[in-house]
Amino acid sequence: MTVKSTARARKKAAPGVPDNLRAATGAAPELVQLLTPEGDRVEHPDFPLATSPEELRALYRDLVLVRRFDAEATSLQRQGELGLWASLLGQEAAQVGSGRAMRPGDYAFPTYREHGVAWCRDVDPLNLLGMFRGVNHGGWDPNEKNFHLYTIVIGAQTLHATGYAMGITKDGADDAVIAYFGDGASSQGDVNEAFTFASVYNSPVVFFCQNNQWAISEPTTNQTRIPLYRRASGFGFPGVRVDGNDVLACLAVTRWALDHARTGNGPVLIEAFTYRMGAHTTSDDPTRYRGSEETEAWKAKDPITRLKAHLEKEGLADDAFFAGVEAESDALGLRVREGVRSMPDPDPTLIFDHVYAEPHALVDEERAEYVAYAASFEGGEQN
Amino acid sequence: MAERLSIAKALNEALRKSLESDPKTLLMGEDIGKLGGVFRITDGLQKDFGEDRVIDSPLAESGIMGTAIGLALRGYRPVVEIQFDGFVYPAFDQIVSQLAKMHARSLGHVKLPITVRMPYGGGIGAVEHHSESHEAYFAHTAGLKVVTPSNAHDAHWMLREAIASDDPVIFLEPKRRYWDKGEVGDSSDLPLHSARIVRPGTDATLIAYGPMVKVCQEAAAAAQEDGRNLEVVDLRSLTPVDFATLEESVKRTGRGIVVHEAPVFLGMGAELAARLTEKCFYHLEAPVLRVGGYYAPYPPSRVEESFLPDLDRVLDAVDRALAY
Repeated sequence: MTVKSTARARKKAAPGVPDNLRAATGAAPELVQLLTPEGDRVEHPDFPLATSPEELRALYRDLVLVRRFDAEATSLQRQGELGLWASLLGQEAAQVGSGRAMRPGDYAFPTYREHGVAWCRDVDPLNLLGMFRGVNHGGWDPNEKNFHLYTIVIGAQTLHATGYAMGITKDGADDAVIAYFGDGASSQGDVNEAFTFASVYNSPVVFFCQNNQWAISEPTTNQTRIPLYRRASGFGFPGVRVDGNDVLACLAVTRWALDHARTGNGPVLIEAFTYRMGAHTTSDDPTRYRGSEETEAWKAKDPITRLKAHLEKEGLADDAFFAGVEAESDALGLRVREGVRSMPDPDPTLIFDHVYAEPHALVDEERAEYVAYAASFEGGEQN
Repeated sequence: MAERLSIAKALNEALRKSLESDPKTLLMGEDIGKLGGVFRITDGLQKDFGEDRVIDSPLAESGIMGTAIGLALRGYRPVVEIQFDGFVYPAFDQIVSQLAKMHARSLGHVKLPITVRMPYGGGIGAVEHHSESHEAYFAHTAGLKVVTPSNAHDAHWMLREAIASDDPVIFLEPKRRYWDKGEVGDSSDLPLHSARIVRPGTDATLIAYGPMVKVCQEAAAAAQEDGRNLEVVDLRSLTPVDFATLEESVKRTGRGIVVHEAPVFLGMGAELAARLTEKCFYHLEAPVLRVGGYYAPYPPSRVEESFLPDLDRVLDAVDRALAY
């Protein structure tokens, strides 16, 4: 085939891009699923999962509370209390399933949308909202919960995760790391460099890609011609595609991957096939680039609905349980609303805090200048 | 110690001492293992400290910087080598947006004690992207410290102090001076971020750093023959800048001339000139002048001598300053 005809062939082939790349189409046969959209438990030969009724109820509670927190945050942004919010709506199962697969010593490196993982790592939701309100750039102690700061530059954190995992190997520890990223990030150089470093150094890191089908307005077909999980094979480590709306499958596959990594087998790529039900952020308008029929199709695969159906079908939870979770959800909503509204603005001298770990003459000088300037206004403070 | 070493060897010894004194110190970079780095700065270190601590990285600058950040988060103290100045740009996000800002973003919870070593500057007849002076990009970014030695003693002690620092330090090595020898004392005699008056004088102050310190010293020696007594200050630290030493000197001599290889436009000299003009206004006999590279891509090496400041261009600026 000549070069010329290759180009033509590619163009012609475009409509034939594999169906399993497309949003809302079935991602089978590769897709690992343990709980159908109808709420039926199915088995997968490679990823067995034993769950007690308590665990299933705890996962349901996580999903509901995380969704509620996210909805409150969206409302708070609409009310002007937050500058921006990146909703996780639709991705609760991917985040709770993978987050609950982690051991206490494991470490997560999030993007800016991993509110559900933060929840699993016990990071106070108000800490996340402080960043989107603009009172800080994160500010939690990453080492307290083994949950790194949100990273906004796409894909940069995958290298931090890999370096951290390299350190685990040097320490001879059996911890593992999860690097979160999205389908858009899979095109970034940093992500591909992270794959290279992790594979060359056999580092205990799980690359957890939430393929939510959209990188703001660009569909996954703008990022790849093959299913993303297959990228792993080119780097020499396993890739698995999991139903990202199935919390049990996400839990089982991530738990397997973390154990695979921590026992010296190197990295794993998980592609959690899911859907961003909402906008990219509160500044986005998805009606400009995607149709409602697609969103409706994905609604039928909702992660919470299917787990609730399962709990009900199997008689694993009663009305009192569901009412209790609902009440807890309301209480969380109230706490979040009140917490955000009463969150004080930082003193402007925050600008100068922590620029360096050690003293820096210029920063000190500019701080003194600012303080003197502010004090020069009537009443001692600039209004 | 007090030995006579080349800058390259003084740096090598500093890395060795740092590896010996702290088991968390690691070296990372391209070709730094068996080869010892393209300038041999890490010569013999992998043999003595192992592949686990002197790491030959995949050929990916962003990857090197990003994983160094991750290692620092895990408690390590990485010393990264970027092979040449012009190769650092793929790592720019990791340095400027990740490394520099992590301490502030985390409200002080996270420290990243990473040293990024880079040979910089021209004058060695190299091909494209091997001769650049990019210090202003890094000095412009709050959260980074930027230092550069001009002699073997400072090369040794400043590198050891940079590695010991809890802040990220960009450590710029004047590549054309790697083979210059000098006495390396057995202790640091000056804090990392202090400037050094390397030649006292009375008529004007030449302010330089890295490779241009030697040029200014030679210019001062030549000027002496004409009866001009020039002071030469080695800046050493580009952020923080030791403004106190600069101001004291310029107030005393009444004239300041900043010399660097980087283009004059928006270079370090621009900041120093503005600052000195503001602080020393009533003491100045002439505007603070700048001598540096031109606002053009670094040229092919056959004409680099015309791009780089040399003794004559420095003396030309001295003439202009004294003519006011």
